[in-house]
Parts: sequence; structure tokens; C-alpha cells
Amino acid sequence: MSYWYYPGCSLKSNGKPYEESLLAVFRELDTPIWELDDWNCCGATSYMSVDETQAFSLAARNLALAERAARQAPEKGPPRLLAPCSACFLVLTKTQRYVAQHGDLARRVHAGLQAIDLEYQGVVQVRHPLDVFVNDMGLRRIAKAVKRRLNGLKVACYYGCQVVRPFATFDSAHDPTTMDRLVEVLGAKPVRWPLKTRCCGGALTGTIPDVGLRLSEILLRDAAQRGAEMIITVCPLCQFNLECYQQKIGRAFRDSTPLPVLYLTQLMGKAFGISDADLGIRRLFVSPEPAFARHEGGQPAHA
Amino acid sequence: MWKRMIGGDFSRPVQRMPGPKEIRRQIAFESDLDATFGERIARKAYGEKLFSCIQCGTCSGTCPVSHYMDYTPRKIIAMVREGFREEVLHCVTIWLCASCYACTVDCPREIKITDVMYALKQEAMAQGVYPRRFAIPVLAREFFRGVERNGRSNELPLMLRFFLKTNPLQMLRNAPVAWRLWRTGRLSLRQERTRHRSSVRALLRAAKAAEEEGAS
Repeated sequence: MSYWYYPGCSLKSNGKPYEESLLAVFRELDTPIWELDDWNCCGATSYMSVDETQAFSLAARNLALAERAARQAPEKGPPRLLAPCSACFLVLTKTQRYVAQHGDLARRVHAGLQAIDLEYQGVVQVRHPLDVFVNDMGLRRIAKAVKRRLNGLKVACYYGCQVVRPFATFDSAHDPTTMDRLVEVLGAKPVRWPLKTRCCGGALTGTIPDVGLRLSEILLRDAAQRGAEMIITVCPLCQFNLECYQQKIGRAFRDSTPLPVLYLTQLMGKAFGISDADLGIRRLFVSPEPAFARHEGGQPAHA
Repeated sequence: MWKRMIGGDFSRPVQRMPGPKEIRRQIAFESDLDATFGERIARKAYGEKLFSCIQCGTCSGTCPVSHYMDYTPRKIIAMVREGFREEVLHCVTIWLCASCYACTVDCPREIKITDVMYALKQEAMAQGVYPRRFAIPVLAREFFRGVERNGRSNELPLMLRFFLKTNPLQMLRNAPVAWRLWRTGRLSLRQERTRHRSSVRALLRAAKAAEEEGAS
């Protein structure tokens, strides 16, 4: 199977390690992905606060571009759009639902697209990497790609808000397990973590730090107390809040044990034996090396 | 004023006789309210179900920031429904909502509370009724402008504009994080742009025109 890839703005800037590791992992799994040409911002959370029609239209343009790309290159299969960023995934999914359900919104969105010679038919499937790994590729195929098992490394799988909420297309909204099952296959040990879908603070860490940083701190402290050696996430904003603000949080709340925060794809790449440079490991603020070193000496998966 | 009505101190009668100008009524009359506000917001937020709220408080319980809010989400729903337009549009609650959708998922009446919050934010933005330099609407507005210009969002110019328009001192406080992002190659000077920016602008214009056409 193959996918069109919608990076979104974050994966081109602070989420660069997510993009690098995602591409490396898909390469390792022999699954081609093509970046969608000419994509634009998905609209995200901020845009929705200003203008709803325009926010949905922005998202719809990307959906229409994916459908057109698939029409022009039928050999690449039906339009499957991979959206690794949680906010993009939510906005694209939400746009599909709302345009299908609400006639007047559909009229506005279609009018906008028509003005730029695009058409959205509703055939594109928006997919999240978690969904693709577990349901398209399957855990068995992932297990086969493992070259270096993670030997009981304890990880807290953090799903955040917008991957499973509000639509829960491929996992439970209250107790999602796809990421836990994935890291188990890699040889790591997911800790039981009821806060796995609690909000990290989102944009509040920048706008109202007293509130936002507190939300992140709750997650960091709880993960550490449960014995997690690192947090694994699939959202660039969650990763940024939990990792980059860690020093600030430490100062503000007097709790300063550094906890590495990796993207799921970085952890997968590590288990697949991909080099650190290809996974963007060196771009992290908190080095995961001590944690990995504690679990060195792992036997190859199928020796 | 609303605060006094709901959280008022009922323990003792006033000690001092109020002066004539201090005598005010303590409750809102129907004529103070905006009778159609609830319906307008419900329509905007795809929330016909807004009116079937049973005030159970699940939304307030599940909300990770409700303890920072002036009115909890449950109260907001009740106030919207009854037409307390001014109170709702001037409160901090709507801006604290981080769109985590916990309430929307858990609401037993299937009210899309996150969308209600969006509708209220849009209304407050349109009327400009938030405090000057208040960070959240400023960020939303600057994000909007950046995307209108480039088709994509760029963190560096967005953050610079945001801090200049809210609190330039915060820029200094965030400088260490920015520096480390720069050092790790996660902050780029190169602007990300959609190739056909004019097409993005034409799309936004046409969709807006269709909206106005439908409203008239």
C-alpha cells in the first residue's frame, strides 16, 4: 500500500525529527509515501477561532488536492492521505464529517474550491500513522522489521487529545491501546497510564504559561512516578510542550528530573536499527541515550 | 454583576444603609438578555442539541482547565441558552478552552461543547470584545494573518509578532528555548510557503463570499 503524505506546518519546523523518523520508518517498511504537492495549512485550532468557513475551506483544499493527485496518478492507488500531526488529523477528519453532514457548510466549501478549479468528492481517506501501522501493516510485519529489541525499556505512551477525540476512528477515545501494542512489539514495556489522553496544555503553554505549563507538568510528573523512562508521543505540539518546556517547568514547579520525550517513529526506528542521524535523535533537547544504554545488549529479534 | 448574582454572600444583611445610587437590582430581567443568542450560537456550532442540556456537569468535571475558568463549561451552556450574551462574550472561559474535546466525547446529550466554544470565540473576535493584548485572541489573529499571507504557518515570525503584540518581555523569557530550537535545527529562517498562494487567497475569498450570500 502507498500513501500521500500531508506534513502540515509543524513537521517542517519544530517537528522535524517527527518527519525525518516517519520517512525513515516507512522506507524501512517498504511503504512508499509521496508528499502532497502545494499543500497548505490545515487551519488548525487557531484558525477555527477566527473564521469557521475559511478554516474548513483551507482543510478542504488539501483533501481536494489529494483526490486530484490520485486521479492524475492512478498507478499510485486510491487517495489515502497520511496526516501524522494530531491537529491536522483532527481538522481534516472533522472537515470530512461536517461537509458530509451539513449542507450549508458544504455549499460554502464547494463554492470556494470551485473558484480555484478544485473539486472535493469525499473519496479521500485521512489516515493517522498509528492506524496505518496497526491496521494496514499489522503488528506482525512491524515485529519482523525489529532488529534490536528494546529489552523492557519502560515507556509512557502519550496519545494526547486530538488523535482519538472526538471521533475515535481507529481506537478508543477513553483508553486507546494502538501505541501500547506497537511499543510492546518493539520489546518495550508500556506503563499503565490513565493520563494517556489528558490535554498537554496545547497552545496555552505559550499564551497563558501558568495554566499551560501546569498541565504539562502533571503529565511529566505522573509518567515519572509510574517508572517511565521516556514518554512516546505522536503529536508535534505535545512533544514540544513536554520536552522543550521541561526546564521551564522544572523551574516553575521545582521538579527537574529530565525525561526524554520521543516520537513513536523515533522509537520504532531505534528498534529497526536505523541510525540516529536519520531519526533526528540529535535534535532532541533531552537525550534518550542513557535510557537506551540501560537496556543495551538486547538479542536480535529472531537470531 | 453575574458573579454577585450566583455567588453572592447571603449570610448577613448589609450593615450600612446604601446610598441612593448604590441601590441596584440584583437579578437580570428578561429584557436585559438577548433572547435569540442561544439559537444563533447553536446554529453556528452545529448544536441543535444545546437546548437538551440536562446540566449534569460532566463537561465541567472532565475539563482539564475548568478550575481556572470564571464560568465552568456547564454554566456557559446554561448562560448561552438563556441569552446572557454580554457575560459570556466577556468571560475568560471561552479563551481557556484548549480544544481537547474531552467534554464533547463525554457529554451524555451529545452536545458539541468544543464547537460551542469556537462559535463563542468567533463571535467575541468579530465584536472585538476581549481585553487588549490578551494573548489568546492575538495569537489566533496573527496565525490567521500568517496563513492568509503564505498559505502555511511559520513559527518564527508568528512568535515574534505574537510577543510584540502581547508582552515583549515574554520574548526574553522564551529566548533560551528559541536558542535551543535553533541549535537543533528545529527553528528555520526559511519561510514555508504554498506554491500557489494566490489560489489559497482566492479560495478564502470565494468561500467567504458564499457565506455572505447565504446569510443575506
